[in-house]
Amino acid sequence: MGLLSRKDAKLITDPLADNNPITIQVLGICSALAITAQLKPSIVMAISVLFVMGVGNVVISLLRNLIPSKIRIIVQLIVVATLVIIVDQVLKAFAYSLSKELSVFIGLIITNCIIMGRFEAFALGNGPWKSFLDGIGNAAGYGLILVIVGFFRELLGSGTLFGFQVLGDPVEKTGLYAIGYENNGFMVLPPMALIVVGIIIWVQRSRNKDLIEEN
Amino acid sequence: MAINTDKNSYTIIFAIVMVVIVGSLLAGFANGLKPMIKANERYEKQQNILYALGVNNNEGANDVVFIGTEQVEEEFKKYITKQLVIQGDQVTEDDQAYLIDISKEENKAKKADYQRRLPLFVANLEGEELYVMPVRGKGLWDAIWGYVAVDKSMTVKGVYFDHKGETPGLGAEIKQRYFMDDFTGEKFLHGGAFKGIEVAKGNNDPKNEDKSDNEVDALAGATITGDGVSAMLRKDIKLYVPYFKTLNN
Repeated sequence: MGLLSRKDAKLITDPLADNNPITIQVLGICSALAITAQLKPSIVMAISVLFVMGVGNVVISLLRNLIPSKIRIIVQLIVVATLVIIVDQVLKAFAYSLSKELSVFIGLIITNCIIMGRFEAFALGNGPWKSFLDGIGNAAGYGLILVIVGFFRELLGSGTLFGFQVLGDPVEKTGLYAIGYENNGFMVLPPMALIVVGIIIWVQRSRNKDLIEEN
Repeated sequence: MAINTDKNSYTIIFAIVMVVIVGSLLAGFANGLKPMIKANERYEKQQNILYALGVNNNEGANDVVFIGTEQVEEEFKKYITKQLVIQGDQVTEDDQAYLIDISKEENKAKKADYQRRLPLFVANLEGEELYVMPVRGKGLWDAIWGYVAVDKSMTVKGVYFDHKGETPGLGAEIKQRYFMDDFTGEKFLHGGAFKGIEVAKGNNDPKNEDKSDNEVDALAGATITGDGVSAMLRKDIKLYVPYFKTLNN
């Protein structure tokens, strides 16, 4: 017997592929476009969202019978904002250089529609353990796409990964650049993230025909 | 016992309780962590000033590694011989000058009768007298700032730039070595008059070999941040020109 029942495991694996928050539900696109020009911020963003969604979903789930429905959106916002501020302050005190690097992204987590979406759609109607798994799963699905997009954008746009020049030096013309390869400056611009996400959606849907909507 | 969560009175009480809990939680966090955050900010300023002088722990060609927080205060005392505050014609020494808030000074200076306090750090680096000036301006999204180290003739010895929220991979690249290093050797003066250093597109000098053109090569996709850097240098360094004139006379 595994740690998780099959139903619970599905809560984590579903959002990774067939119910991915970015490619299927098309949530959280804004931050996916804004911060994926490099791999490192993509990964840190993914981890931060993982924390906020895991804890936030549990908090909302515990409070679900107490929250007045009239003000539930505001309550959800307060929970996200509180968690995000705590993360921000703790990072500033104990990992100052890391917090500098993330700067505005931590604040951006508040506006991530996936978080509010999962609070509203899942945590308000399910127990804490299930909500925790759902939060982790969705954050992981989001993070996965972020990392894929960040990988391609940094590699093709700047010729680097994590800041290391993996394709050679573009100024000294070594490595791939020696045979005439050039970085694609378009890749570092936000619109190209949309195109990369589009390609991921295309690949995903051509592999799994069930995902294609019928009009 | 089921609670009727639809009642107005319940909603109001819930909201009040929630706000009080969250408010005190955050206030507690902010207060408890404040000393550590303040210390980090102080170290950071010292690290930045030293970095502009070329005092750092860089190893690789792309590294931006500061002096560690444990040694930074000691190193700062070692290299920075004097901290000056320039206010109009008056120059005073103040060993807390590095804590002067540039943006506050700039706002105060908008009033007609206020003379802005300009911090200037005099450093002694292997016998050579260098001067570090703080600069602050606007990028695309938010504030950008930095420190510029020059010698007596206002030739750049090193810079450090930072930003609050420029786009990663684009404007945020101003704090990368390949951009900051380009400034070294550039001159703020041109034919004896102040000209500044322009972040220029298409100056046909991508390797930045021409050090007398008052230009460095711009970053692709970061036009507005680059213009912000040019404007910041022009506006803030200009304020120090009278002081450098007295130095050279």
